Amino acid sequence: MAMRQKQGAGAVTSPLIRRPIQRQFAIFLLPTFACFCIGFLWPFLQGIYLSFHSFTTTRDTTFVGLGNYVKAFGDAGFRQAFLYTALVAGVSLVLINVLAFFVAYALTRGIRGSNLFRGVFFVPNLIGGIVLGYIWKTLIDAVLPVSMSIRAEYGFWGMMVVLCWQQVGYMMIIYIAGLQAVPEDILEAARIDGANGWKTLWHITLPNVMPSITICVFLTLTNGFKLYDQNLVLTNGAPIRRGIGATEMMALNIAKSFSTANQRGVAQAKAVLFFILVTAISLIQLNATRRKEVQQ
Amino acid sequence: MTRKVMMRRPSAAEEGRQTAGKTALTVLFACISILWMMPIVIVLYNSLKSNAAINLDTFALPAGDSFVGLRNYVNGMTFGNYPFYFSAGYSVYITLVSTGLILLCTSMAAWYISRVGDLFSRAVYYLCVFSMVVPFQMVMFTLAGTARDLHLDTPWTIPVVYLGFGAGLAVFMFVGFVKSIPIEIEEAAAIDGCGPLRTFFSVVLPMMKPTLISVGVLEIMWVWNDYLLPYLVLDQTKYKTIPIHIQYLQGSYGSVDLGATMALIMLSLLPIIIFYLACQKHIIKGVAAGAVKG
Repeated sequence: MAMRQKQGAGAVTSPLIRRPIQRQFAIFLLPTFACFCIGFLWPFLQGIYLSFHSFTTTRDTTFVGLGNYVKAFGDAGFRQAFLYTALVAGVSLVLINVLAFFVAYALTRGIRGSNLFRGVFFVPNLIGGIVLGYIWKTLIDAVLPVSMSIRAEYGFWGMMVVLCWQQVGYMMIIYIAGLQAVPEDILEAARIDGANGWKTLWHITLPNVMPSITICVFLTLTNGFKLYDQNLVLTNGAPIRRGIGATEMMALNIAKSFSTANQRGVAQAKAVLFFILVTAISLIQLNATRRKEVQQ
Repeated sequence: MTRKVMMRRPSAAEEGRQTAGKTALTVLFACISILWMMPIVIVLYNSLKSNAAINLDTFALPAGDSFVGLRNYVNGMTFGNYPFYFSAGYSVYITLVSTGLILLCTSMAAWYISRVGDLFSRAVYYLCVFSMVVPFQMVMFTLAGTARDLHLDTPWTIPVVYLGFGAGLAVFMFVGFVKSIPIEIEEAAAIDGCGPLRTFFSVVLPMMKPTLISVGVLEIMWVWNDYLLPYLVLDQTKYKTIPIHIQYLQGSYGSVDLGATMALIMLSLLPIIIFYLACQKHIIKGVAAGAVKG
């Protein structure tokens, strides 16, 4: 099999099957590629093009250069949305990961019923953002003296409750996988050397589950930045003072700008900035994960 | 300096303490688990209460006058300007067809990409990987426009849009799996006279089963819960899905029948809970496999 070749994208192929498949391009690759162009590629390129234009429909555009970007940066509502999004993403990141790690740690101690508990913790993750938000909005507004739409602090902490309930189970699953991969002999060695529970956790377990921690930290971070459904249902950005929504996050801010006809160019520019921000976070994640892999 | 390493068996007292600790943890987690499920339980028993009783005290159990049986469920199906069973039907249809289409098309595409590996297929692969990090807001306006222009704005055609926007993760996961399949099996099939189609459907596809399940679970959960894409793409006056319907009810505030809304939330949770109970292992595995998406 000397003729076998290895190429990029990990393609392993042999001439025996390569040619016949290639001849059937129209059956194998074309449907996906065509839909990919409709559903992603063309809208993406058009989006970048439109961010440099002023428009109300995609047929009627005038070139404005960087004007939309200047307006996007000058928009106090957008800046506030960025800060609020960073705050939500940051605080939820800490809360979710600490809770999920300790739940995962406790549930890998071999206690009775841990499989059932894992199953229970995971359930909220299956519920979509809209329904999830609606359930909690009903409950939280029933407990609080005033609605979350009236006081921004209530809206913020309400959002934290929702995000924790939704994501702790998911991150727990990843942490459990990481914890179960910690070699038993190292733990045994630490125990023999007289390390107590906390010392073992801090010096042995934590460094060994670093890859899981990296994944979870970035997952919660990107989830926080991309949040839309829950934000829409819980407060829809309210309370709004002087046109600036106190609990409005970036995705919601962009969606709202799109619904104002003369703001669409600015909205598209905001969307491009948002895309760059999210991509940057993902690239840092990729790098961090790769570095960890080298060390392992 | 030598240190004595003693291996000793834990004393009876220590063992007892450990068992006691474990029992305490079990009790603690049993309590937390019950609390964790409370939101769903509260919605469940509120769906059996009258509208006025929900407003008065959301946390009270239904009793006597406030208990209305399944009336909310019957009302919920039809109240508002748009019957709920339409939304539910569209949601089921869109979810199943989109997932089926994604599984079929992207698994074939991934096999082509892995086994042909020319410049074009590599470019498609990297574009797919790239599409995974792009947030939906980047394409929301232009995608809705494109879908309208191409008349993809009905439930019958929206699976095409889902295939397009969701191809990235699916192709990525399938390519990752095809790499691990020994090519000798496919060569043997080719020598025995199988064309590419027959090789794919009778040799490669059956081997892909674990990845098909993982991708299937991820896509089902994505499409079923998705709000913004169908909201923008579908013609709202004619077609709604369950998330759109729930959000639409909330928008028409004041006149909202809370009891009926609770019933609708329960109805929208029911398929998810059944799905989860039926294949919990596959769901957890599939979702964990999707963690790479980031």
